[in-house]
Amino acid sequence: MNSDGTSSTSGATGSGDSATPRRNSKRPKYSKFTQQELPACKPILTPGWVISSFLLVCIVFIPIGLASLFASRSVVEIVDRYETACIPGGFRKDKVKYIQSDSNKTCRRNLTVNKDMKPPIYVYYQLDNFYQNHRRYVKSRSDPQLKSKSKENETNDCKPEATINGKAILPCGLIAWSLFNDTYSFSRSSQKLQVNKKDISWKSDREHKFGKDVFPKNFQNRTVKGGATLNASIPLSQQEDLIVWMRTAALPTFRKLYGKIEVELKKGDVIQVTLENNYNTYSFNGKKKLVLSTTKWIGGKNDFIGIAYLTVGGLCFLLAMSFTIIYYVKPRRLGDPTYLSWNRNPGGGANN
Amino acid sequence: MAKGKIRSKLRSSLYTFSCTSTPNKAAEAEELQGSVYSRLVYCNEPHQLSYNSNSTSTTKYNIVTFIPIALFEQFNRVANVYFLIAAILSVTPYGPYDPFSAIAPLAFVVGLSMVKELIEDWQRFLQDWKVNMRPAQVYTGHGIFESRPWKKIMVGDIVKVEKDKFFPADLLLLSSNYDDGICYVETMNLDGETNLKVKRALEITMDLDEDNSFREFKATIKCEAPNPSLYTFEGELEYNKKTYSLDPIQILLRDSKLRNTSYVYGVVIFTGHDTKVMQNSTKSPSKRSRVEKQMDQIIYILFSLLVIISIMSSVGFAYLTKFDMPDWWYLHAPDDKNLYNPQKPYLSGLYHLITALILYGYLIPISLYVSIEIVKVLQASFINRDMHMYHEDTDTPALARTSNLNEELGQVDTILSDKTGTLTCNQMDFLKCSIAGISYGQRPSEVELAAVKKMSMDFDAEDHDFSSAVSGFEEEGNAETEGTSNNQDHGRQIKGFSFEDKRLTGACWWKLPKPEIHYIFFRILAVCHTAIPEENEEGDGYDYEAESPDEGAFLVAAKEFGFEFCKRTQGSIFVREADPSSEEPVEREFKILNILDFTSKRKRMSAIVRDEKGEIFLFCKGADAIIFDRLSEDGRTFEKATKKHLSDYGEAGLRTLVFAYKKLEEADYNEWNNEFQNAKNSDSSNKDEMLEDLSDKIEKELNLVGASAVEDKLQQGVPQCIDSLAQAGLKIWVLTGDKMETAINIGFSCSLLREEMQQICISIKDEQEHDAEQDIKSDISKQIMSGTQKMKQEEDPHAAYALIIDGKALNFALDDELKHQFLHLAVSCASVICCRVSPKQKALVVRLVKEGTGKTTLAIGDGANDVGMIQEADIGIGISGVEGMQAVMSSDFAIAQFRYLERLLVVHGHWFYKRIAQMICYFFYKNIAFGLTLFYYEICTAFSGNAVYDDWYMILYNVAATSLPVMTLGVLEQDVSAEVCLEFPALYQQGPKNLFFGWYRIIGWICNGVYTSFIIFFFNILTLYTEAYRVEGQTPDMSIMGATMFTCIVCAVNTQIALSLSHFTRIQHIFIWGSIVVWFLFLIIYGAAVPETSTGSYQIFLETLAPSPLFWITILLVVIACNLPYFMHISFQRSFSPMDHHIIQEIKYYRKDVTDRHMWRREKRKGRHEAKIGFSARVDAKIRHLKGRIQKRGAVMAGQEML
Repeated sequence: MNSDGTSSTSGATGSGDSATPRRNSKRPKYSKFTQQELPACKPILTPGWVISSFLLVCIVFIPIGLASLFASRSVVEIVDRYETACIPGGFRKDKVKYIQSDSNKTCRRNLTVNKDMKPPIYVYYQLDNFYQNHRRYVKSRSDPQLKSKSKENETNDCKPEATINGKAILPCGLIAWSLFNDTYSFSRSSQKLQVNKKDISWKSDREHKFGKDVFPKNFQNRTVKGGATLNASIPLSQQEDLIVWMRTAALPTFRKLYGKIEVELKKGDVIQVTLENNYNTYSFNGKKKLVLSTTKWIGGKNDFIGIAYLTVGGLCFLLAMSFTIIYYVKPRRLGDPTYLSWNRNPGGGANN
Repeated sequence: MAKGKIRSKLRSSLYTFSCTSTPNKAAEAEELQGSVYSRLVYCNEPHQLSYNSNSTSTTKYNIVTFIPIALFEQFNRVANVYFLIAAILSVTPYGPYDPFSAIAPLAFVVGLSMVKELIEDWQRFLQDWKVNMRPAQVYTGHGIFESRPWKKIMVGDIVKVEKDKFFPADLLLLSSNYDDGICYVETMNLDGETNLKVKRALEITMDLDEDNSFREFKATIKCEAPNPSLYTFEGELEYNKKTYSLDPIQILLRDSKLRNTSYVYGVVIFTGHDTKVMQNSTKSPSKRSRVEKQMDQIIYILFSLLVIISIMSSVGFAYLTKFDMPDWWYLHAPDDKNLYNPQKPYLSGLYHLITALILYGYLIPISLYVSIEIVKVLQASFINRDMHMYHEDTDTPALARTSNLNEELGQVDTILSDKTGTLTCNQMDFLKCSIAGISYGQRPSEVELAAVKKMSMDFDAEDHDFSSAVSGFEEEGNAETEGTSNNQDHGRQIKGFSFEDKRLTGACWWKLPKPEIHYIFFRILAVCHTAIPEENEEGDGYDYEAESPDEGAFLVAAKEFGFEFCKRTQGSIFVREADPSSEEPVEREFKILNILDFTSKRKRMSAIVRDEKGEIFLFCKGADAIIFDRLSEDGRTFEKATKKHLSDYGEAGLRTLVFAYKKLEEADYNEWNNEFQNAKNSDSSNKDEMLEDLSDKIEKELNLVGASAVEDKLQQGVPQCIDSLAQAGLKIWVLTGDKMETAINIGFSCSLLREEMQQICISIKDEQEHDAEQDIKSDISKQIMSGTQKMKQEEDPHAAYALIIDGKALNFALDDELKHQFLHLAVSCASVICCRVSPKQKALVVRLVKEGTGKTTLAIGDGANDVGMIQEADIGIGISGVEGMQAVMSSDFAIAQFRYLERLLVVHGHWFYKRIAQMICYFFYKNIAFGLTLFYYEICTAFSGNAVYDDWYMILYNVAATSLPVMTLGVLEQDVSAEVCLEFPALYQQGPKNLFFGWYRIIGWICNGVYTSFIIFFFNILTLYTEAYRVEGQTPDMSIMGATMFTCIVCAVNTQIALSLSHFTRIQHIFIWGSIVVWFLFLIIYGAAVPETSTGSYQIFLETLAPSPLFWITILLVVIACNLPYFMHISFQRSFSPMDHHIIQEIKYYRKDVTDRHMWRREKRKGRHEAKIGFSARVDAKIRHLKGRIQKRGAVMAGQEML
């Protein structure tokens, strides 16, 4: 058909049409696109390609896997779960009552360093079973209010923590209201370890999301207090605990940065922690953990990524091997016409 | 249907209105109600009664109805209804995200589809407008006819129609330029028949043949109500206080054409939608492709999945709300809207169900419909712009009139084709003749040409050593044959004459042996016919208006042989004969004494003439069997030779007639003629029988002269196209209004039939015609049964059967009781030919095949008589570039020539099917991959209905991040190139077998989507669990998690499409990799916006993600892990159970087709679907036959040697 078409056009031009060109108004214009003849590369998955791509994945993945596993393993992490330990024996039966009472909630913990920890050592608190990602919770905030003073009355999204006695709460909303308020201080052999709480939040948050001229107002003035109170004389941009808290976590188990210890901790050191156990996770049986951790390029301690890389890399190696073996046992010459359907089941298509 | 009803109601109310305005007429009209005739026409008083106007409309909408109806149609799609509800609900507090994110995509999608509808309807409107504005001559009083557009013609108007013009409405013929009030009409547009029909005016109106004669003309017509029956009409004319009954013979139907008559006058009886042709037109049904119907089922599956996970979420939510939420003090439950009320968990759960149903809506690809629509429009433009489907001579490109059915083109199983105008040009070429036992004419028929070509190809493929040498030769040969065919097209001046033989054309036939026989042969050609000569425009010759194109061809041939028929008067024919004795031709007169007409029963025609010498001859032409029976003992001299030639001609696909003559003695003739005239004038009921007997009596004892072979000129490339379509595994049925013989002849010439094929003919014998219906039915049933029986007992695997069925028999075969038997038989036959079928039967046959076999049917035709079947079939194709536009107007695709069907199906159809199938699968894959991550995350948020992604990401997902690559797949993907598609028609079978959109494949892709979502979600959760995200110690939050996960999805899904493509042009690269780049760009730009807009995503990429190695290695891991199973699948599939196109891709890739031409040719030959029709099959059969003979001879020789 193809040759037909071309021959008829050439025939037409050949038979004197060129002398008196006929105007073909409807004649389609030739273009490679409309004729679907664009130059194209048509790669084919040859066994060579298959094996080498499997091997390539394997070669790339295993080193990355090893490197990340190594990095993850070299992170030193101290985790201390304290939510039960910090409840005096008498209150263990009704922890909620204890946490809601006005009694002194100071609690001391000793942490032993198992490995040298190079500064900076990051201090985290980790909560569990806390749905910071709940739809009601996530939406209960007002970004304009946090950013600029002029918008401090924009509290529509903040219900039910929007206003008190008709006056706007700043920062409003459930997130701010439930700000974490346990505090930690550390000492090593009675020598206080400084916890640097500066620059624990993202820079962009400090500089652009939380206003330098925005100060807390009417915050935690209710009868039922949620969490921490804020110093009304410090602008929001410097309230880094709040900034960190306001970045809601994706999962119900999360860690948030509390501060940095900028001295080296030696193996065998015992760290005394004095903590104010104020935050109510007892209502919902949430765990509380204090975490001290160093970081590597990969971040904190997490073996998963390394293991996953090694698994995928290993799998690809196995696939490459099995493909090679099968291919040698039962090779198929590429482009071998005997595999065409009409040659495989001669009854179906052969026309002899 | 409903629209029609409404219209008829409107109409009836219009009548009542007009009735009240003209009370006395109303009374009369009322009177009519009682009688048979419900319509009243006052001739020449068009304003008396208001009937429908003559304007016609085929548009779907008008200005007022467009918005509501088009919207309604859009929301006929379940998915759109769902998205509409989702959009409405997203405004309420239950919406999980910003209402804009729900409304914008829907508005975009629906708006785009509506614009498309609007454009299509506008084109229909323009077409209507053109028809409605055609001018017509209408009588305005005072003897003046004025030009008015068609739409202004009213019932009762008197119109004048001139030669070669269409009738603007259904008319009652009053008079014509002929004295006897006859006119010739071509009804091609109505029934596809090309022969002219004679219409005759009533005697009393015959004199009204001048513009002036209508001054005083007043008459009343009472007739039947508008109805679709083309061949009946009942009514009466009241003129000069007398009543005359009217017949169909006085009715001129709209859209038929006046031929051969200078002008006619007529009264308009039916206008516009009341006309028979419009009554016949059915509303073109909206067709949907098989793939799209199956797609709907997938959407239902996804809906169920959506509902299931929504209910799961809601139950989970209600449970947690009731039991756990009171403890979550930080949530301050309950709220004032009961969305989170532990006291009313069921209510909150119910609200949450709404939220969930909206949120998980990403499982349903909203942009699927619109993407498919855009892709299909682009695909359609490929059809429209394909240079290989452009017909130079008529300046018509192919046209996809709807883009709904593109992929259906790749799944066709049965082609039902019209004959005249589709397979044939409706032009006969005089090609060969046999006179006095000598065969003349050297030009081969198309069938012979094709066979020769095919033989040389096969020979070439068989023999490796010769392959290179022969291929050169073959190319030469190709060039030659094509060259000659071009010469034929451009160089030939004489239409209808392709005869080439110096012995006859040199005007020296008298030097041949037996010149007197030749002389008689030529005379029969020139005299024995019913045609009318017309001087042609150049004035140097004659055109012949013949009843059938064969006759025209004979007359042209006679002229070329030197016997030019130049004048016909009432009783004579004048022929200019070349005379051996003089240079100049001599004009001779033949007095026509009697014409014994051709009927399908008689299968012969005779003319009794008296020549100038006063001798009386009977010239007869007819079917071979009939004539051979009627030869005299002396007249059989050439019988043997002629019979042999006839069978040769038949094999060459030509249609033959045998010529004979007889000299009559004056006395014998007179005696016979008296009887004949008496019979003719008698009024007895068996007049016809008597005439027939008498004809029989005189057409006896004939002398054989010779035979003619006429080629029913097939359209260019038809046999080749049929051959390749057959090899692509398609079944081809021919449905024609023609006589059985003609149909069989065409069957032969396009190789649908061949000599050794067993023909099963089902017809009603003449003598049965008056039997009871039940008897006929049982007889047909018996015929069908015996045919089936015969096939069952057949042992030869190469035996082929052909079913030929007559229209009347078909009527019974289509009956509910018989139709399954009939279909069963028909499906197992290699070819099926239905002859003498009415337009309605065509549609019924199509429906039977469509519904009976459940496979895709394609109907192709060119005339208004094919409209029914074009609309009924899954795909209707109209032949464009011919005069009538009805077929094209009702078709889905229009092509200029039948041969373009091959490219349309085998290339475009094949690609379209694969593209759309792959595209839909991928769409479902990508939306499942994305939608399910939302669900998994829900579990982590206590089913609260919160999405981890920013609203903008979600809008972007379907609109920008993933839609363009899949559209390039739908537009540009090619498994193999167009040439390969044509070389391996068997590849086409992948479509009808539905290899690419079967449930295995769909479920495979769905599983792939589920797997991908799983990997993406859990790998992200596990890497970004709680620990620091980077060296500065910050931990990941929701926005980091969302952005990382979304980046993983975009990368994984786009890599996936790159893997599933096999054809990369620059455009694919740009769109696929561009989409990923665009996503990153979006992240940067969105992150740079003010924090109020970008919220959590503020500066996320530059500050947070990009500097962190964890982000990049997570993406790499997820992308590879997601695509690993698919990659494994395709590499193992290709290596160990490759499909045909894989192998061919490899052959092409390694250029084996160039290095090993022998193999390539061999495979090309073997790769054809085994076909029992087409000339390849014919040649194969011949080769088998020869081989068999050689073997036999070999055996005999061996036997002799033994002796």
